[in-house]
Amino acid sequence: MDSFAMPDVIVPAAGVEHTYTTTGLPHRKIGIWAFIGSECMLFASLISTYLIYKGRSVVGPFPHEAWTDPSTGHHFRAILNIPVTSASTFVLLMSSLAMVLALAAVENRDKPKVTMGEKILGSSKLWLFMTALLGTTFLGFQAFEFTSFVHEGVSIRTNLFGSSFFTLTGFHGAHVTAGVLWLCTMLAVDFKRGLGPKDALNVDIMALYWHFVDVVWIAIFTLVYLIR
Amino acid sequence: MTSPESHHGQTAAALAAQGHLEGAVHEHPTWSTYWKVATILTVITVAEVWCYYVPSFVASVWFVPVLLALSALKFGIVVLFYMHLKYDHKLFRALFTGPLIVAMFTIVALLFLFGKVAVRLGLLS
Repeated sequence: MDSFAMPDVIVPAAGVEHTYTTTGLPHRKIGIWAFIGSECMLFASLISTYLIYKGRSVVGPFPHEAWTDPSTGHHFRAILNIPVTSASTFVLLMSSLAMVLALAAVENRDKPKVTMGEKILGSSKLWLFMTALLGTTFLGFQAFEFTSFVHEGVSIRTNLFGSSFFTLTGFHGAHVTAGVLWLCTMLAVDFKRGLGPKDALNVDIMALYWHFVDVVWIAIFTLVYLIR
Repeated sequence: MTSPESHHGQTAAALAAQGHLEGAVHEHPTWSTYWKVATILTVITVAEVWCYYVPSFVASVWFVPVLLALSALKFGIVVLFYMHLKYDHKLFRALFTGPLIVAMFTIVALLFLFGKVAVRLGLLS
């Protein structure tokens, strides 16, 4: 029975203390990858729903085409604002860059930094702050988009497009919000006691979540916004 | 509890102490690689948006496949380089790609059952 018992191994290597599984891998990292795998299926169901209902709204406004309400004669232009969404996509991509730089800074904290460039690249506080700031900017873009949609006549109850669009992008926005809160918490820890190589796994796990949120948006941007 | 026996009869703790545990100690790309990846992602995004604004390309049969390919390329680059799956343990790759394949099959299956594909095939009115 002993060979099947869960190990309780604390690794003393290089001041890093993590619990490892029988695979020799940190169980929290296995956990986050399993979680990300399950999230793939969640977003697949939401994206499928959007694609199935695409083009089936009985009444407008529509995402890519102008529409005139026959009962009121009111003219609605195409709802999706590609320039604004392209900018928010760029912001989220850059937040992923800031996130990997934050992780690299945490992992290399003990290495000597001589030049100004090395000091900037090695500042985990700077890059964690930048990631949180860019994530918040993305949420600002999304709030602007949702508000303008409602003002232009599309809410979650208007038509099939509104229902599936707000559900899909709303779920994604909720994930970004959770990520920003996680980032702010990590930033607070960094300010309080400093993050070093012993915290690299915690930052790595957070970074994996953040990049996952980014790759989901890459899919949404193409499937919802660009493909007509 | 006993420590698990691992490769060559060594314990996980002993292997980790020597830096042999993948997932615990692994190489990451350099800062310059991260910047290059960010540049490539930006260029692909610009190309995607450019495709959207060219009417003749939108009308062509290549519009959707090209956008899907560019999106898949961006997805792959982020997963491989930013999520370090290129450098990490194969178990992490399996944990991600397994559900991802199931998710993609789910999307395709649902589109065949209820989407425009089903309408074109006469399965739905």
